[in-house]
Amino acid sequence: MAGQLKEVRNRIKSVQSTQQITKAMKMVSAAKLRRAQDAITQMRPYSKKLQEMLSNIVSNSDGDMAMPLATDRPVEKVLMIVVTSDRGLAGAFNANIIKLAKLTINQRYPEQYRKGQVAIWGIGKKGYEHFLKNNYRTDATFKDIFLNLTFEHVQRASEAAVKGFLNREYDVVEIVYSQFRNAATQQFTVERFLPIPKVEKKKGDIKADFIFDPSQEELVTELMPKILNTQLYKAVLDSNASEHGARMTAMDKASENANVLLKNLKISYNRARQAAITTELTEIVSGAAALQG
Amino acid sequence: MNLEILTPDKKLYSGEVYGVQMPGISGSFEVLEKHAPLVSALKAGRVKVLKDKNNHVSFFDIQGGFVEVLNNKVTVLVEGAVAVESAS
Repeated sequence: MAGQLKEVRNRIKSVQSTQQITKAMKMVSAAKLRRAQDAITQMRPYSKKLQEMLSNIVSNSDGDMAMPLATDRPVEKVLMIVVTSDRGLAGAFNANIIKLAKLTINQRYPEQYRKGQVAIWGIGKKGYEHFLKNNYRTDATFKDIFLNLTFEHVQRASEAAVKGFLNREYDVVEIVYSQFRNAATQQFTVERFLPIPKVEKKKGDIKADFIFDPSQEELVTELMPKILNTQLYKAVLDSNASEHGARMTAMDKASENANVLLKNLKISYNRARQAAITTELTEIVSGAAALQG
Repeated sequence: MNLEILTPDKKLYSGEVYGVQMPGISGSFEVLEKHAPLVSALKAGRVKVLKDKNNHVSFFDIQGGFVEVLNNKVTVLVEGAVAVESAS
């Protein structure tokens, strides 16, 4: 009896300490989530203005412009940039992204995959490791971006992708990442990175007599890589925020589950304790009765 | 004239200014009140912001970027910009 009591007590202790950890992780994620969200809000005006500038230039030009980054060509070689996180314990976050990436390969590029023409750049350790283990063509160059999440780092990855596209190493580049909706919801998306969808002239754009320096064409050529940089940066920031959101929810669930477990354990502990007391009492009483008799 | 200096990481400067000097790709230039609409690329160099006529200036080192002037509003988009402590 006493042995069982001790066992239950030990289990209660261990569940309690696990709960402490999950609670702490939840708090940490909440704080990190706020910072990640701030970063997204901070970059929004920049990327918005960049887009505006591009459409201003295009709207104020006559005729079509040659845009090498917006040219479709037959798809032979594919590059997938898969953004996952560096750490686990975020529920199904990483698993879902990897699943989506595989699904995209199977549905859209099965031919290319069979020929071994699908390359994967894993941003974030988890995804990279998974694809490495499963014999995909991976490249480790950019897996450590989350260690030091700055625009400059992300820029390097996006510039490498642009260069690969221009050198015809890749005919299409897709990003698989998780869009941040709110702390509890992530939307896993596949986004076309290259070639860029053609920029259409819009009716609502400002017609002004702009002075362009250098020419419009050169400006557009300069602007497009910058827009791509911000696009990838946004994807990475979104994934970062999603990761913390996902971890927060996962840890909240874990703490809750620990509570349920603790409640049940306490009931069985008290039951065992009471049983022990009852037996002891019976022994004493029957012992006394035997003496009297 | 309203000036905004934006980077991907944050808004670096925002407010009313007298003028701003920038390293254009084909040479340095200055934008003052009521400048004509302009879109230009910038190269690496130093942006000089003139807060008023009395030589209240601040500097930013940039790696390159773009500037748009429209309706008395100047928007500078730069990557890798840092504020420089003025030497004066």
